Amino acid sequence: MSDHKKKPTPTSVLIELEPKFEQNAPAALANTQLRRNMGKATQTIRAKRANVVSELSDWEELREAGRAIKAFTLEHLDEQLIQLEAAVQKAGGHVHWAQDAAEANRIITGLVQAHEAREVIKIKSLTTDEIKLNAALADAGITAVETDLAELIIQLAGEHSSHILVPAIHKNRAEIREIFMRTLGVRELSDQPKELAAVARTHLRRKFLSTKVAISGANFAVAETGTVCIVESEGNGRMCLTLPQVLISVMGIEKLIPTFRDFEVFLQLLPRSSTGERMNPYTSLWTGVTPGDGPQEFHLVLLDNGRTDVLADQIGRQTLNCIRCSACLNICPVYERTGGHAYGSVYPGPIGAILTPQLVGVEHAGSLPYASSLCGACYEVCPVKINIPEVLIHLRGEVVRQKQDEGGIRAALDPENVAFKTLAKVFSSRTAYERAQSLGKVGQWPLQHEGYIKSLPGLLGGWTATRDMPTIPEQTFREWWEERTKA
Amino acid sequence: MSTTRERILQRIQTALHDGAPTGRLVAEQPTTEPVLRDYRQRDEAPRADIIDRFIERVTEYKAIVRRVEEDQLAAAIAEALAARGVERLVISADLPEAWLPASITLLRDAGDLSYETLGSSHGVLTGCALGIAQTGTLVLDHGALQGRRAISLVPDYHLCIVHAAQIVGLLPEAMPQLEAAVRAGRPITFISGPSATSDIELNRVEGVHGPRTLEVLVVI
Repeated sequence: MSDHKKKPTPTSVLIELEPKFEQNAPAALANTQLRRNMGKATQTIRAKRANVVSELSDWEELREAGRAIKAFTLEHLDEQLIQLEAAVQKAGGHVHWAQDAAEANRIITGLVQAHEAREVIKIKSLTTDEIKLNAALADAGITAVETDLAELIIQLAGEHSSHILVPAIHKNRAEIREIFMRTLGVRELSDQPKELAAVARTHLRRKFLSTKVAISGANFAVAETGTVCIVESEGNGRMCLTLPQVLISVMGIEKLIPTFRDFEVFLQLLPRSSTGERMNPYTSLWTGVTPGDGPQEFHLVLLDNGRTDVLADQIGRQTLNCIRCSACLNICPVYERTGGHAYGSVYPGPIGAILTPQLVGVEHAGSLPYASSLCGACYEVCPVKINIPEVLIHLRGEVVRQKQDEGGIRAALDPENVAFKTLAKVFSSRTAYERAQSLGKVGQWPLQHEGYIKSLPGLLGGWTATRDMPTIPEQTFREWWEERTKA
Repeated sequence: MSTTRERILQRIQTALHDGAPTGRLVAEQPTTEPVLRDYRQRDEAPRADIIDRFIERVTEYKAIVRRVEEDQLAAAIAEALAARGVERLVISADLPEAWLPASITLLRDAGDLSYETLGSSHGVLTGCALGIAQTGTLVLDHGALQGRRAISLVPDYHLCIVHAAQIVGLLPEAMPQLEAAVRAGRPITFISGPSATSDIELNRVEGVHGPRTLEVLVVI
């Protein structure tokens, strides 16, 4: 081993340590039930999104405004955070800063313990998944009850989320029915979605009315006014934000928007991109504490956990524009086929393939930037115009450079390194290139079939494992050109 | 020793101005471009069309929507409550009694009703701050006729009154009207149909934790 500086092993973000997408994908692809469920769900949501987006003649202008507002926020992030902190404090809230998952969990656990609560209710929050808050609370003897339907299904099934918006997207109605009957002791239940939703309502009602402390994430927070926003469907969000005495919200430092007016852009972009609706059923905005209405104690925890590293990378920075809509997951041909678990990260799909390696370092998630065909569909649907293919390619470069930096015998013998070094030599000289072509024409003879090579030997076989390679033609372009000018 | 707050702010400043602490690329000085807001700011359609669109879109969320004349409001409320079988109705402290039938038990909330009382009621009647036609949304700023958030959340039936003059075309027309409430420290709730979920096979199913029935009276 070289003395290449490694970041500490990431204890957050990743579900598997050092996920290997290429090793996980084949098992997911072989699961036909999973592929049917994923195919059905993503096709439904894609059609709904396309429909409500086509309704707006100014969609592109809204996307551009969304991108520009986020870019402005990031370029002034320090000032914006200071402004947010002052506004929240002025409105009667408390602000905490956490550099990493451990610090955030320490702060939140301490707050819950100060109120002697043994149970908290939670609104679905990716940020709390990222810091593995539920496990940290459990270690302190505190039960975290997930109140979002899909999150509840996952929690009852003892599984991990596979989609950032609909964690149980990989489950169909029959599977959900089975989980409810097994874990909640419901005797008679059909697989009608309406009945399944009613079970969740009954199960959680008492908890909403009696639990003292609620924990949420945040979709947006306004620097100017200190207003925090939660976008949801079921009303579990409103319950958690309204009925308990204490509310703790955790947000990544990039979730800011500068002004209250900016909601007019994001509340158009987000619901149409995520659930394919003109508007989600409920959106709640609150500013600190309102006397006589809702929790009388409010804590906002601002989380870094690798985000400042992302900010420092000029190409990677746009990843922080993300408003977690999941349109890129739903459109991605790779995600549609493998599902979310193959990514081994809290953030799967195209956005996960760029966000995860940046948060934890490419040395811990180097396979994720390759979990893409670079088709660009994700960029086209992104409501804040994150150029995901650009960041993927940039990160692939980082992965290679990181391997080279490791140096020593391992880097020298790495087959990919060797292959590309050879290619670079061949491509940099005309004679070498032409000689390689003539050699190839002869060498490919036993491998070719009707103009294609279906399987290359040895280490080169990796290339043809998932694609055919066209053969080198009888006459190359250069040969044809030479012949044409002679004639 | 510096605090976490100072450390995070320092890391941001380094990332933005002095190059990359961990990445390879050195960020340039920020060059903030102005935010172009050339998306639609106003719906120029005739008022009648905007109100029609509001009704159409609220209905699409599977809410019950009715158009009523101002002088028939009390009758329409009585009819709606009777159809639903509401006997115990939650209202905010400032809601005029003249709107309501005498036969009903009113649970007038001055911020003092328990969650149990709200939960055992048959419904709630509120006004709203405004309606948005483009998205079929009712917005509560928890000011006049609306009460605190819990009263329009815990009961299973929400009857909401919106005056035609309160309906705007687009979201960008609504936001400036809500800013005063926010600056006064009040919460805001956007309601687009009854509570719903898309968590089962990504199809919208109405009726989860919030009111399972939403009824809207549009006063013309």
